Amino acid sequence: MTKHLGDASVKFINPPSIISAAAVVGPKEGEGPLAPLFDKISEDILFEKDTWEQAESELMRQTVELCIQKSGLAAKDVNYIFAGDLLNQNSGSVYGARSFERPFFGLFGACSAMGMAMSLGAMLIDGGFANYIVANASSHFCGAEKTFRFPLELGTQRAPTASWTVTGDGAVMLSSNGRGPYVTSATTGAIVDLGQKDVNNMGAAMVPAAADVIAKHFRDLSLPHDYYDVIATGDLGMYGLQLLKQLLAQDGFTATDRLNDCGLLIYDTEKQDVHAGGSGCGCSAAVFAAHYMKQLRDGTIKKILFVPTGALHSVVTIQQGESIPGIAHAVAVES
Amino acid sequence: MTAKNYEKLVKEASPKSAVVLNSAKAFLVGGAICAVAQVLYSRIEAMGFSREDTGIMVAGILIVTAILLTALRIYDKIAKFAGAGTIVPITGFANSIAAPAIEHKNEGLVLGVGAKMFAIAGPVIVYGTVTSVIVGLIYYFVR
Repeated sequence: MTKHLGDASVKFINPPSIISAAAVVGPKEGEGPLAPLFDKISEDILFEKDTWEQAESELMRQTVELCIQKSGLAAKDVNYIFAGDLLNQNSGSVYGARSFERPFFGLFGACSAMGMAMSLGAMLIDGGFANYIVANASSHFCGAEKTFRFPLELGTQRAPTASWTVTGDGAVMLSSNGRGPYVTSATTGAIVDLGQKDVNNMGAAMVPAAADVIAKHFRDLSLPHDYYDVIATGDLGMYGLQLLKQLLAQDGFTATDRLNDCGLLIYDTEKQDVHAGGSGCGCSAAVFAAHYMKQLRDGTIKKILFVPTGALHSVVTIQQGESIPGIAHAVAVES
Repeated sequence: MTAKNYEKLVKEASPKSAVVLNSAKAFLVGGAICAVAQVLYSRIEAMGFSREDTGIMVAGILIVTAILLTALRIYDKIAKFAGAGTIVPITGFANSIAAPAIEHKNEGLVLGVGAKMFAIAGPVIVYGTVTSVIVGLIYYFVR
């Protein structure tokens, strides 16, 4: 257990390098502030397919294909694909990855999927079990609405704390060789549930898990609080981010000014009518692959703690009165 | 941090829906729908139809209009503004049947459209019927 540190962290001895990244998004995200950074913006929310489910799989397929292309490799060079999404039985990832015919691990961690995929991929590479791994996460607004909420055309009003599921996908190619940025350590989140039940305020349900994993990460690795230039959570939204700052500050964390949330970056929260901000597996994945990867490459930032956050409930458990279990995984990336 | 303490923090941090504003919008739009229906009613009745037939025709027109607006993806945009103002009238009921039918058409006519059509309106029908039976029984014995 030489690579395992403290309670829940691993520090890589041969840190895997991120050799390519790709992000593909839908039309609404293409009108957001990060638009120039995405590899591809689909004007068609259906991605030229017939159903929302097919659309998400096509989005996933295109992004992974682009990521492989940008790495200069061929699909057959990829040792494993790790991918997660929000549809039942991970069907967004499964049908998207089908045509690659590569070893595949489907992950469910709700919107924390990209953190899971990058952690597990990096562990496998540092362990010597693979050279090239694609880590991917996707979500589709319409598919998520259909799975978790109401039909799109139903006349409803959203709560101010509700978030907007991102139609988007982010993929990175992890490699045993490369010039960085490197995945240097990771802290795996435990399921944290403080009894929140409001599915229209999932930021609040996920905050305790995010606070827990961030605190553990700094403790396990004995890092100063200002070690990272940015600590980016996945999709806590504007009220969630405030809560997280509050919780961490109460805990004695001094670098709350380094905290930001991917859900606040992908949309213009004032103009795009997304209420609390963006959410979904694709939110953190696309923002990391497009925005933070660029910042790491051009030197705007040198170190980031990427913390995708997930709400692990199902429609059935909520109907049965259960609360929303939260989870968050922290992945450190340094150039 | 206990669940109770956290709940307090969350309540402080989370904004509430604008109840007064939303109620005003619901009143205006809901009222407008009813006013339009009343105008239709008066016009149709003036053509010489019975009150019963007129009522059925007005309801039919509202239902068809709501379904048409749902299919054209306009109804949800009105509802985003109007809230309960578009849910409470019969138009909301029509929308709640048309919307899942559209959403689930890819799963086929039987298990998609047929089965899912009443996913939202079904409970209203069930409990509406149950309530009417209870009220009917009370009426029968108390009368």
